Amino acid sequence: MKNEFKVIADLIEKDKKVLDVGCADGTLMKFLKENKNANIRGLEISKEKVQECIAKGLTVIEGNAEKDLKQFPDKSFDYVVLSQTLQAFLNPELVLDELLRVGKKAIVTIPNFGYWKVRFHLLFKGTMPITKTLPDEWYNTPNLHMCTIKDFFNFVKIKDIKIFKSLALNNFNTSLINNSNLRIKNLFADLGIFLIEK
Amino acid sequence: MNNENNIKTLIIKKPLKLDCGKVIKDFPIAFETYGSLNSNKDNAILVFHALTGDQFVTGINPITKKDGWWSYAVGPDKAIDTNKYFVICSNVLGGCMGSYGPSHKDPDNQNIFGTNFPVITINDMVNAQYNLLEHFGIDKLFSIAGGSMGGMQVLQFISNFPEKSKTVIPIATTSSHSAQNIAFNELGRQAITADSEWKDGNYNKNNTSPGKGLAVARMAAHITYLSKKGLQEKFGRKLQEREDLKFGFDADFQIESYLRYQGSVFVDRFDANSYLYITRAMDYFDLAKQFKDNLSDAFINTKAKFFIISFTSDWLYPTQENKDIVIALNSIGADVGFVEIKSDKGHDSFLLDVPDFLNALKNFLDKSYIENKI
Repeated sequence: MKNEFKVIADLIEKDKKVLDVGCADGTLMKFLKENKNANIRGLEISKEKVQECIAKGLTVIEGNAEKDLKQFPDKSFDYVVLSQTLQAFLNPELVLDELLRVGKKAIVTIPNFGYWKVRFHLLFKGTMPITKTLPDEWYNTPNLHMCTIKDFFNFVKIKDIKIFKSLALNNFNTSLINNSNLRIKNLFADLGIFLIEK
Repeated sequence: MNNENNIKTLIIKKPLKLDCGKVIKDFPIAFETYGSLNSNKDNAILVFHALTGDQFVTGINPITKKDGWWSYAVGPDKAIDTNKYFVICSNVLGGCMGSYGPSHKDPDNQNIFGTNFPVITINDMVNAQYNLLEHFGIDKLFSIAGGSMGGMQVLQFISNFPEKSKTVIPIATTSSHSAQNIAFNELGRQAITADSEWKDGNYNKNNTSPGKGLAVARMAAHITYLSKKGLQEKFGRKLQEREDLKFGFDADFQIESYLRYQGSVFVDRFDANSYLYITRAMDYFDLAKQFKDNLSDAFINTKAKFFIISFTSDWLYPTQENKDIVIALNSIGADVGFVEIKSDKGHDSFLLDVPDFLNALKNFLDKSYIENKI
């Protein structure tokens, strides 16, 4: 399992109700169900991935986060998880608002466009960056709204969203992000993980 | 229990008050079972049939000598695995395969009911079938499943008996019959009643039947079960055993011949009055209305795990209508999964060999069964 998922799972206490938005093949859901006794639901757009979740015995709803989150009542989940998908929505702001309406807390992870390898790629190669977390070409990437860890920090500040915990991930190293080390983490983290609440 | 003509029936002694106000008692419900009930009696699945189905879910139907209507899904090692599960299915109230219906005799005057049979509803159907649980001594079913009108019964059953099933599988269905659904049913009923042999529903007296009307009803309905793409791919403009158009009104096209055949085989196995009654029950179905237009309230008392399935090319009970049920369940935090299966086979997809559908059904059931055991 990805290190990212282990870090996410560590943020969630036992016996919680969790919604995994864009749950893919259900790897994280299965882990949370088995290790955290989570009452877990998934929302997934791909028919193939939905089938994989069903085969794992997971409760998943085929649907689109931008349209289908609205059916869940306010604060009906303890945690809503969104892993590396915020940047792929047409309207990430709306999705973020919905995550925080449906969940008491949300865990959002973003591929960091401020990562030094991304910056170097663009600076020296002059072509759109391709890294382990951003593997696609500019013409076939699902990512529409790339942002950096710093962008996300500024964004949640404007939106009056409370950050409980920010974590920087680089391979297997996890570290806390705070205001004083933000510039450094924004350069050296491949992925940002945020536990937020509104 | 009588076993005449391969039809098992349970006589329901308890009076049943129907939605129309009438009370029926000492009436038969015909049923069939597959697999065996385990000693804990926790492996039973109640399957509900659609408009023209019957209790013979799988294997060879002893009456029609054809494959059971859900042979692709139910049987040893199939999606609903009869090596594991005990499958029960009964003919609906108002039907014509042994359950109490318009072709039975009115106990008051010994005449065949015809249209004097009380108008029944989906609610009446499931209330009658509930008696099967007592008959088998089953406290809680493992699952209830059905497509189309079978799905309507699934929804009504869990609403009426919220603690009586662990899992709930409505397939290609709706919580409320739409104007378009009612319109198609009315077309079928008009075809039947316009047949001069219908004789206000008393055709049994003369040993005739409104076969032409019933065949037209079936032909019209059959079109609604298929998709435009499916029809085009299967038939296109292909001609029926001829080189060229004949400039007449015989079946020039294969699709015409196919529909005529579907109509003709249907009249051999189905009763015209039953067709009127069952389509009426579907038209009257509006689960939300029973709960002051709040569909969620229909499911507020159940802790069952739902799995709802729709098909991309089903325009009779389209995905959105199935999704409306998912939305109603989500809004009360129910345990609900949903998948839309890609298929060109239209509404009939749930009856056919559609591997993605059958796999999803099997995986959901088998995983839920294991989870229940832990």
